[in-house]
Amino acid sequence: MNHSTPPPVLEIDGLELRLPDDRAARPVLDGVSLTVRPGETVGLVGESGSGKSVACRSVLGLLPKGARTAGQIRVNGADVLTMDRARLASLRTREVAMVFQDPRASVNPLRRVGDFLTEGLRASGTPAAKATARAEELLAAVGIRDPRGALRRHPHQFSGGMLQRVVIAAALAAEPALLVADEPTTALDVTTQAEVISILARLRAERGTGMLFVTHDLELASAICDRVYVMYAGRIVETRSTDELFDRPRHPYTAGLLACTPHIEAGSPAPRPIPGRPVSLAEAPAGCAFAARCAHAVARCAEEKPELARHGEGFAACLRAEEGIAL
Amino acid sequence: MTTTLTTVPYRRPGLRRLRLLGQGPLFTVSVAVLAVLVLVAVSAPLLAPYDPEALDLGASLVGTTGDHLLGTDQSGRDILSRLLHGARTGLLGPLLVVGVSTLLGTLLGVVAAWRGGWTDALLSRAMDLVFSVPGLMLAILLVAVTGPGMTAPVIAMAVAYTPYVGRLVRGIARQEKARPYVEAYVVQGWSGWTVCVRHLLPNIAPTVFAQSAMNFGYALMDLAALSFLGFGVQPPTADWGAMINEGQGAVLQGAMLPALAPSVCIVLAVVAFGIVGEGLADRIARREKQTP
Amino acid sequence: MTRFLAGRLAGLVAVLLVTSVVVFGTLHLAPGDPVTFLLHGRPASPETVAALRAEHHLDDPLAVQYGKWLGGVLSGDFGRSAQYHQDVTALLGSRLPGTALLVGYSALLVAVLGVGAGVLAALRPGLLDRTVLIGTGVATATPSFVTAIALVSLFSVQLGWFPGPGGGAAGGLGPRLHQLTLPALALALTFAGLLARVTRSAMLDEMGREHVEVARARGVAGRSVVRRHVLRNALGPVVTVGGTMLAGLLIGTAIVETAFDVPGLGSLLVQSVTSQDFAVVQAVTLLSVAAFVLVNLAVDLLAPLIDPRLSPGEGSS
Repeated sequence: MNHSTPPPVLEIDGLELRLPDDRAARPVLDGVSLTVRPGETVGLVGESGSGKSVACRSVLGLLPKGARTAGQIRVNGADVLTMDRARLASLRTREVAMVFQDPRASVNPLRRVGDFLTEGLRASGTPAAKATARAEELLAAVGIRDPRGALRRHPHQFSGGMLQRVVIAAALAAEPALLVADEPTTALDVTTQAEVISILARLRAERGTGMLFVTHDLELASAICDRVYVMYAGRIVETRSTDELFDRPRHPYTAGLLACTPHIEAGSPAPRPIPGRPVSLAEAPAGCAFAARCAHAVARCAEEKPELARHGEGFAACLRAEEGIAL
Repeated sequence: MTTTLTTVPYRRPGLRRLRLLGQGPLFTVSVAVLAVLVLVAVSAPLLAPYDPEALDLGASLVGTTGDHLLGTDQSGRDILSRLLHGARTGLLGPLLVVGVSTLLGTLLGVVAAWRGGWTDALLSRAMDLVFSVPGLMLAILLVAVTGPGMTAPVIAMAVAYTPYVGRLVRGIARQEKARPYVEAYVVQGWSGWTVCVRHLLPNIAPTVFAQSAMNFGYALMDLAALSFLGFGVQPPTADWGAMINEGQGAVLQGAMLPALAPSVCIVLAVVAFGIVGEGLADRIARREKQTP
Repeated sequence: MTRFLAGRLAGLVAVLLVTSVVVFGTLHLAPGDPVTFLLHGRPASPETVAALRAEHHLDDPLAVQYGKWLGGVLSGDFGRSAQYHQDVTALLGSRLPGTALLVGYSALLVAVLGVGAGVLAALRPGLLDRTVLIGTGVATATPSFVTAIALVSLFSVQLGWFPGPGGGAAGGLGPRLHQLTLPALALALTFAGLLARVTRSAMLDEMGREHVEVARARGVAGRSVVRRHVLRNALGPVVTVGGTMLAGLLIGTAIVETAFDVPGLGSLLVQSVTSQDFAVVQAVTLLSVAAFVLVNLAVDLLAPLIDPRLSPGEGSS
């Protein structure tokens, strides 16, 4: 494929995460591995409870209280899980930035927008005047009119979409090598969603930032991502390039996700929901976690845990992936 | 069809089911303290070893002895006997204040919520007005005219506490009124009064009860303060607030008990009422969460 | 903004008017002739009675009496004190500084102790948090006159660090503050306990919010997150509750000044009630209620400065 493959900005390698429950530790993530290269947009798709949010937050070293981990999360080669406090602060201010789901909740409502934008820069030692100038530049880059005036306004004076642009501007402030976006458009209405997505795509292209895009919406992921990881019950069940994933999914869960997305085009089949409800890793049975909801499950699916293996250009964790069943 | 479905009234957890025990040790201890307090107040004449008003100037400021378990005050009166008798005035005053303010506040709150419109606006403004005048001030003003004694402070405090109950009741009664079952009853031709008494009131009673428990503690504190100032229960009648006032001089002479003993009683009672009130409110809040 | 302010001011005037009616009217609640009450049993010559009737305009209809009285009050004339044979206004003026100093000192203690304990409890869960919770629970349930007794017995009788009740006002600000420390502390502790609880829960509430996690995710240092996001945002409830407390402190001076024999408005009120010096009672009551509602108005006006979302007439764009 690529001849001069640059070193990845993010490599998650066999990440395992357990939370202390009343007695036994409750597993949340199991053997999650994932790579993001510079300038690449990678989707992480799954239903709520699949562990995708926990996984992406752990990239910034934001672990749930009392979490125990195994494996590695390397950002530019350095393992986040073993970083001390100072190194972690520098990781968060310089190398990785995150855009959260609800801009209303993620910006302090009592402080001015300018304050929010420059806070990260000033935390990493940029002088105030320079930080303000940079903030203005960034607001212009995300398409906010009158950036200078905007700096002096408060978050409640912005619409949700505009505020998410502010959040994206703030995330880009320190020119991070990696941007983690956790459902950045879920809280917005549809027209605003498209704007925010196009801004993210444009900025990523201009700046060569690697992006991990977390969403429950496979359709949305296809609009922006080069590659997609599909997650179910704390495990990666399939990963491949976006085109191939859409044309020929190898995991029944991926196929199910695709089938339940409504299409606007005339003559397209009606959406079919996946039967049953998603399980978390803690509730997952011994074999394939998806077996109970899978139309193609056979007896051994309930006993044997499928490993992620190469099928086609990508990987899938399904015992029947090679059988060529029509998904 | 729909009416028969919605007439099934929504029931908040009734008082009966708000068990007083099994809420953690602090709550249990507090309930026990209050029970003992009530028992003491009722049976003070039987329990008290001495006449609480009997002077014995020869035995002034006697410390703890076999004869006087908590010693005597400056006039040689037995402190334990005065404490036991003091529980009567100490509880009776707040009981009247809380009783009157709860009845009045509930009435005003329910009427305001039920009638809405102008009645609501008028009653709410009136309650805001009383709310913005401190109860202690009102009591002092009234005492200035009528002279010291229990009556003026109790009336003033009852008036001052009414808006606290009234605002709370108005709030929950409005929520309650918005529930479908209430409308279903009204549509079926039940009178507003019947729906209020038979369904609305039982459902808001637990919250009002919890608030009243907390108000009881505050009223006890306020009335004790007025007695301390010499505006409440008059000497020689035994009263905790007045005992502290009388005991101040003894403190300067190094005798703690005459002032300390009634102080401990007041703090204990107020803490106990506070824990019980908060515990009940917490419990109601938790139940509300469980039954949406 | 103007409409908001006008509405609030109208409410304030309404409260003060009703209070003035009540304060004026209570005189006529007293059984018998107001003059008998005003004299309270002292023998008086017909001239004295006539002078009293004239001073209180008792021969006019009630509404006119009220109007004349209110006119006097508005021009700063509260009548004469029967006890001190002095103009009430001058009497109040001489007592005000002492009370103001006590309330100011006490408010400072409430702010420092209350917010301090609350912040500490919120930031250090575990033993410290539980200790603060128990301590504040007891503090809020302890009336100021009980605290007064405890402080006097410990710090003036046992340790001798601070003077006990009485002794007259010391000269000079330093000695005066030293003298007022125990009264201020007695007045402050109940309120400090309450403010600590409010601060603690407001802080915990903010700490659970997403914007705080976002700030951490952006690499803002922990100390900075606490100061700029948690503390700053918890300020709203703290100031609101603190403001109403200021009014409570004012009322509480009646008790503490009596307990510590501090010459001030509070002790003046109590003495005047006892000696039935009604003009003084009316004046102090009216001023206290006025201060109470003014403080509450000030808190309401302050709220938009703390939380810009509350500022009226400033919509989203």
